[in-house]
Amino acid sequence: MMANRLLELYIHIPFCVKKCLYCDFLSASASEAEREDYMEALFLEIRERAVECKEYQVCSIFIGGGTPSILPGEQIERMLALIRKHYALTEDAEISIEVNPGTVDEKKLCIYRAAGVNRLSIGLQSTHDRELMALGRIHTWQQFLDTYQWAREAGFDNVNVDLMSALPGQTRESYAESLGRVLNLRPEHISAYSLIVEEGTPFYRAYEKGQLALPDEDTEREMYRDTERLLLEQGYHRYEISNYALPGKECRHNVGYWTRREYLGFGLGAASLMDNTRFHNTAERQAYVESPLQQRQEIQPLKRQEQMEETMYLGLRLTQGVSREEFRQRFGVSPEDIYGPVIEKNRRDGLLEYHRKEEGNTEGCQDGDEMAYLALTPRGLDLSNYVMAQFLLE
Amino acid sequence: MESNYQSKIRNFCIVEHIYHGKSTLADRIIEKTGLLTSREMQAQVLDNMDLERERGITIKAQYVRTVYKAQDGEEYIFNLIDTPGHVDFNYEVSRSLAACDGAILVVDAAQGIEAQTLANVYLALDHDLDVFPVINKIDLPSAEPDKVKDEIEDVIGLEAQDAPLISAKNGIGIEDVLEQIVKQIPAPKGNPENPLQALIFDSLYDSYKGVIIFCRIMEGTVKKGTTIKMMATGAKQEVVEVGYFGAGQFIPCEELKAGMVGYITASIKNVKDTAVGDTVTDANRPCSEPLPGYKKVQSMVYCGMYPADGAKYPDLRDALEKLQLNDASLQYEPETSIALGFGFRCGFLGLLHLEIIQERLEREYNLDLLTTATGVIYKVYKSNGEVIELTNPSNLPDPSEIEHMEEPIVSAEIMVTNEFIGSIMELCQERRGRYLGMEYTSGNRALIKYELPLNEIIYDFFDALKSRSRGYASFDYDIKGYETSSLVKLDILINREEVDALSFIVHADSAYERGRKMCEKLKDEIPRHLFEIPIQAAVGGKIIARETVKAMRKDVLAKCYGGDITRKKKLLEKQKEGKKRMRQVGNVEIPQKAFMSVLKLDDGK
Repeated sequence: MMANRLLELYIHIPFCVKKCLYCDFLSASASEAEREDYMEALFLEIRERAVECKEYQVCSIFIGGGTPSILPGEQIERMLALIRKHYALTEDAEISIEVNPGTVDEKKLCIYRAAGVNRLSIGLQSTHDRELMALGRIHTWQQFLDTYQWAREAGFDNVNVDLMSALPGQTRESYAESLGRVLNLRPEHISAYSLIVEEGTPFYRAYEKGQLALPDEDTEREMYRDTERLLLEQGYHRYEISNYALPGKECRHNVGYWTRREYLGFGLGAASLMDNTRFHNTAERQAYVESPLQQRQEIQPLKRQEQMEETMYLGLRLTQGVSREEFRQRFGVSPEDIYGPVIEKNRRDGLLEYHRKEEGNTEGCQDGDEMAYLALTPRGLDLSNYVMAQFLLE
Repeated sequence: MESNYQSKIRNFCIVEHIYHGKSTLADRIIEKTGLLTSREMQAQVLDNMDLERERGITIKAQYVRTVYKAQDGEEYIFNLIDTPGHVDFNYEVSRSLAACDGAILVVDAAQGIEAQTLANVYLALDHDLDVFPVINKIDLPSAEPDKVKDEIEDVIGLEAQDAPLISAKNGIGIEDVLEQIVKQIPAPKGNPENPLQALIFDSLYDSYKGVIIFCRIMEGTVKKGTTIKMMATGAKQEVVEVGYFGAGQFIPCEELKAGMVGYITASIKNVKDTAVGDTVTDANRPCSEPLPGYKKVQSMVYCGMYPADGAKYPDLRDALEKLQLNDASLQYEPETSIALGFGFRCGFLGLLHLEIIQERLEREYNLDLLTTATGVIYKVYKSNGEVIELTNPSNLPDPSEIEHMEEPIVSAEIMVTNEFIGSIMELCQERRGRYLGMEYTSGNRALIKYELPLNEIIYDFFDALKSRSRGYASFDYDIKGYETSSLVKLDILINREEVDALSFIVHADSAYERGRKMCEKLKDEIPRHLFEIPIQAAVGGKIIARETVKAMRKDVLAKCYGGDITRKKKLLEKQKEGKKRMRQVGNVEIPQKAFMSVLKLDDGK
């Protein structure tokens, strides 16, 4: 029987050379032996979970971290070979890996490419070495340039660059310069987000003590506006709150999360959505390494109401918004039946709007329906949490 | 002509300045009189309520009966009537004193005499009590018993050279105190054959027995079956039980006769019927006149109390009802606020009383409360001749209808060491005080007398006093009466809508300052909205201060590690939960915290 459901795979590599000062993701530095033990457990999990995925076709794989590029090229090669052996992949599957400058050379990137990786996501954050140092990054702007060039030479034609605004010591000018320098390189995709000081990070402790010189609110605001303006001028399309892409280069994996495509996460702490059930692996490395198949936690079957909530607050992260037709097909009611007053209030406040299907989008609705999608307005995007919280039902 | 049984009774109380060790001494007396073993002793037997134990003070008057075998070989009945140590309960103190024949004055060997000591001693002397001093905490390194003795003689005029030197905490000198009680406190008088005349000095509600009246029998006899009548309230009931209170329990007895102290139960349903200070008599054979000194207790301080969760309104009503069963000085009536919904305007004897009630509601009844600014009763004289007693600022008539207003004034006595006289006088001036005079009491101490508006001392006067005298100043006051004053209603407008729960009455001269502080505080407490929110303070429609809460500009979770949807949802849930704790005023959502924060404007100024 032909596998017909689409699935994404996420693979977590919880290692880095050194943890950045703002990072609260699950990662840490580790010895080579620890890494190898982890990879063995990870491979075991990938292999053994395949039985759960017989009916699926994998349309995207994302290797994230931490710093996955810390791994030798051969490990990635082995991992992808393993996946191909046990899972059915679609022909055009998107296979991404996160790369940090300072951890790869041309040879490693060539191995990735040859192994089937077809999209690179490079963590740059800033083009100013002073700002990079303040973030606790391990690389320089020049090292990024080298990495970027090697990537192109290795044949990567789908590259994302991560950039951050509202950094300590950053000015509107220095940020605009970073944007400009990156735009000159014309990566296919840019993730531009502003720094959030997360609890439990060194930044948080510095912030609490008043030692973090963050740009003031107005400056942050201007940076945010500059991002949108400059990227739009250069032909990039904002398809998600903090993601911009050249036409057709949207990250499929990312879009999958917001449209509630099913995904299976492998590795430490990795989250999954399968059969309308969310769960994630343990965050304890030792426990995971010892028995990677026994680590699923907080297994939450989603009630119909929760599925509706998710459809709304996740879908609204995409600028295209939520397809009303898809909502109706999935739940048998329209979003207005459930959220009438909330939608009305936020439309009145100028935070939500209806619009027609975007060009080039062939999914879902009929042409010409002016109310095919419900989406955040530009101001709504700025205040997305405020709007989304209202879509939680009692 | 004292009857034989009366010669073996000693009715007394202990007076002190707060924290000088009265409760500990009471415990020692109870312990040494042998009714309780040390094992049975809780840390402080007299302080019954948990709250009292935690605060280390006695809130309501109570009494205990013990038996002491004296050195002369005779057994004496000691009725120790405990008096509250706080100025809020001055009237109750006076009634407890009236039930006694003598008093022990406890003075801290290190602190010496303080304002409340004086006030309480004078109160005791006013009631013709024989007072003998004891000097406590003599084991403290800073104790100066000789100096304190001199002070007692100089300032109060009590013979103090033979005063027992004790440490109630460590049980030193307690025997001496017990002997002095026998020798110095006079035996009670009164004729058991006369018509019944008993003074109520406390009462409490018990769900089984109904109201339990604690009283001192001045004349006559009361026993089961006597039909008693409260002379002031007129309540009439047949006595079910009489007895005395000892060792933490009610011990019924045959009868209570002139000179005795004990309790009466008579199926009375509400403590309102058994007001402190009222006279109990025999309905069938009444005494000719009630005992002197009865006053109807008047609330001095008012505030609005609202349940944080509007659905808990009936719970709050039930809780207040229950508390009032036991506390006739607590007053409440329903009121409605546009901002806070349904609640009650509550009246209290003073700030401490307010705090106690608030804590009890929160602790014992598990209620989350919002309280509005504390106020006093203002008298509003309208041009049409009508006089309003204003307890809720929202009810203030239009200024055009007001002829003038009056506010309550207290006469305050502040005792302080010389070095702080300047700063304390400065504080009193700031609070619109009128200087009356000063007396140097001994060596380096002075008693400063001021008249102060009550509304200036109900906020944080006590704290300010303590901080400006490094804890040395002590303070006592009496309500003097009402005086004309230039008062205005300060209104707070949020997004141009008046928030009734935030209005309060203030003297015209401090309106600007208070308004500015309110606006500043609210600006920090009100979250950003989609629109800009002006916060204004106004007097009579004229804006006197303004702050602005800027419009919300950004509320984004920028980087969302895609797989971890649960974390995102938790964040949104938290956001939504926060909104639930908001009060809607017009189209502005005000966190409940904001209402509370403006009550403490002077914190950390």
